[in-house]
Amino acid sequence: MNAQATDAHHDSDHDHHGPAPGLMRWVTTTNHKDIGTLYLWFSLIMFFIGGLMALVIRSELFQPGLQLVDPHFFNQMTTMHALVMIFGVVMPAFVGLANWMLPMMIGAPDMALPRMNNWSFWILPFGFAMMLSTLLMEGGGPAAGWTLYPPLSLQTGDAFPFLIFSIHLLGVSSIMGAINIVATIMNLRAPGMTFMKMPLFVWTWFITAYLLIAVMPVLAGAVTMLLTDKFFGTSFFDAAGGGDPVMFQHIFWFFGHPEVYILILPSFGLVSEIIPTFSRKRLFGYSSMVYATASIAFLSFIVWAHHMFTVGMPLAGEIFFMFTTMLIAVPTGVKVFNWVSTMWRGAMTFETPMLFALGFVVMFTIGGFSGLMLAMTPIDFQYHDTYFVVAHFHYVLVPGAIYGIIGGVYYWLPKWTGNMYSESLGKMHFWLSTIFVNVLFFPMHFVGLAGMPRRIPDYSVQFADFNQIATIGAFGFGFSQILLLVLVVKCIRGGEKATDQVWEGAEGLEWTVSSPAPYHTFSPQPVIK
Amino acid sequence: MSEVAQQRYYVPEAAKWPIVGSISLTMLLGGFSSYLNGSASGSTVAFLGLGLLVIMLFGWFGTVIRESESGMYQAWEDKSFRMGMSWFIFSEVMFFAAFFGALFYAREFSVPWLLGEGSGGSTHQYLWPNFTEIWPTNGPENLGESDFHMGWWPLPFINTVILLTSGLTLTWAHHAIKSQNRSQIIWGLILTVCLGYIFVFLQGVEYMEAYHEGMKLTSGIYGSTFFMLTGFHGMHVTLGAIMLTVMLIRTMRGHFTAENHFAFEAAAWYWHFVDVVWLGLFIFVYIL
Repeated sequence: MNAQATDAHHDSDHDHHGPAPGLMRWVTTTNHKDIGTLYLWFSLIMFFIGGLMALVIRSELFQPGLQLVDPHFFNQMTTMHALVMIFGVVMPAFVGLANWMLPMMIGAPDMALPRMNNWSFWILPFGFAMMLSTLLMEGGGPAAGWTLYPPLSLQTGDAFPFLIFSIHLLGVSSIMGAINIVATIMNLRAPGMTFMKMPLFVWTWFITAYLLIAVMPVLAGAVTMLLTDKFFGTSFFDAAGGGDPVMFQHIFWFFGHPEVYILILPSFGLVSEIIPTFSRKRLFGYSSMVYATASIAFLSFIVWAHHMFTVGMPLAGEIFFMFTTMLIAVPTGVKVFNWVSTMWRGAMTFETPMLFALGFVVMFTIGGFSGLMLAMTPIDFQYHDTYFVVAHFHYVLVPGAIYGIIGGVYYWLPKWTGNMYSESLGKMHFWLSTIFVNVLFFPMHFVGLAGMPRRIPDYSVQFADFNQIATIGAFGFGFSQILLLVLVVKCIRGGEKATDQVWEGAEGLEWTVSSPAPYHTFSPQPVIK
Repeated sequence: MSEVAQQRYYVPEAAKWPIVGSISLTMLLGGFSSYLNGSASGSTVAFLGLGLLVIMLFGWFGTVIRESESGMYQAWEDKSFRMGMSWFIFSEVMFFAAFFGALFYAREFSVPWLLGEGSGGSTHQYLWPNFTEIWPTNGPENLGESDFHMGWWPLPFINTVILLTSGLTLTWAHHAIKSQNRSQIIWGLILTVCLGYIFVFLQGVEYMEAYHEGMKLTSGIYGSTFFMLTGFHGMHVTLGAIMLTVMLIRTMRGHFTAENHFAFEAAAWYWHFVDVVWLGLFIFVYIL
């Protein structure tokens, strides 16, 4: 490397401090903050699309009998709602937060591979355009559930190959995003930012990125086998040719179980950032948090068949997967204990991010306990494919993963926009969401235990009361989210100016830069003592 | 935190190729989907998408190569590229793991269960009581009606020797790069690339033999696992050989120094990865 090149390079950095003007800025940007913004807006738009699908489901279930939609469309809605919420909302929101915050939290000048960063975002809108367009095709959209079990999923109409390839595209996007995050964390930390000094959001994302790289290709393999079974005459999932439909379930859940931790681990990290700030104490048990996250990630690879206890497995398999699954409660318990201990004797205040983090701790734990019930094989035989399962995973995903994301958005919104959001609007958003989310999902425990099956548009009349309550909760929760949109737009347009530190108890590199954060941060890097 | 480190990381300006990549992939996959659904124009769209994808790859890699040759990357950026490539290869390993998993599952579970083992007793008794094949099998319905088995001798064995030799010639080229012996690099790469293409050609010969004997992709679980595993591997060998061909052309143009030759190493890692996958295939698909 000669001196001349260094100088030229140096100068070009000084010439371009701000973003390029015009719309193409967003299409061609390599800036981690721009790309983070794109991810977050994409995620919010998809949140409303997926939410509308959920409202179609809940409207149909307001009363027993078939009222609004035909059963085939109902199944399309349950399938697409899941695909949109998982691949279009939670995962992009996490990647968006990672893009915005990871470089600022570890003192990096940007993401390690900025062009690839652009591509991993810009595949998403195309992938989802392809996936959502299937709803208009002959035979309708995919209707076999997001798990795509054959042989049912092989009966999908024209939508089928588009569905498979859109999943490939989303997978490519996730793998590139994850590789970028691993390279950034390993290579771009500021001098002195050792691994055990990294903020927990960085740690949880680091581990999540490994999960993504390890399992998204397995999903790609699984759906490729579905494609060849349908169009090229292979027999992977056809017993007549020596294959087995259950084999798909094994391969799918080898991806699927790590995937559900991909959907929660970064939220663990977000909550671990927020609680210390508003308790004005350091996080209790930092290193045990790191090890617990790593343990959960490791265990996620050896528990997959608990999703299929009733499918007919050898007894040894049922027992193995039951015990490994229950083992996950140990590191998860460590985490919940540490969050509570962080608050113990802290000087707590209850700004909106803290409210969402507290809501997370309480309601995620409810979902965790119902998960522990489902982990037990003999009990799962009663609960399998009932609304109890729906209640369980919605508790960990909505007041769990989504609350973590919303908490993170409130926490960093002043840093992004330079303005404080409206605290009263934020609190209203929290309380309305929290009341309605429980009205929505808590009754599902009862109808599930009483035997109401999931993914069926009709039900027996004795379930009617609880279903009506749940539907009221769904509309309440859905419309409460408009407050979030209003709040974010208002915050971008103006408001009380935020200080650099924003929150009194906030610690970390991201709070040392000005609010709003400049277009390029930490080039050159700070040295951490 | 007042001190600052002096190093600067290169963050490129606006990138135009990613969006071209997204459009091309959408055309390729959307067109192929329409083709599978029987649409007349699907394959045209797919081929246009493929063409655009190739243009994008030339454009994107061309930009990076120009930046590299003009000395814009230092050890710091180089390390990011290395991590990107190694984790990409790991993701490829996991892609193959899915198909190996299918092979192991079929051999260890689904076929024995169809034969009545374990909890499969009633399946065997009521659906296919006459099914007795252990492995290889085209299933209880005798799909494709061929029980041809592709042994490990002679072609697969020759191919193993070819791929292992190509690993050696590539390592030779790598050593030559470090000592900057340009003719040795070129000859090492030419040998490696030729061995790679010979491997792909011989795989083609093997496929013809299998199809001649009636063993096809549609021949039950044996045909499915055999052709999907070796097929994806063959695709990866082809891709690796193309990468190495590009490295050959770049070497001829005077690229790569003793210290700075990441692209060569990335292609070499990829080549060794397809080598290792082949060893897995040779053992589990051909021998056992």
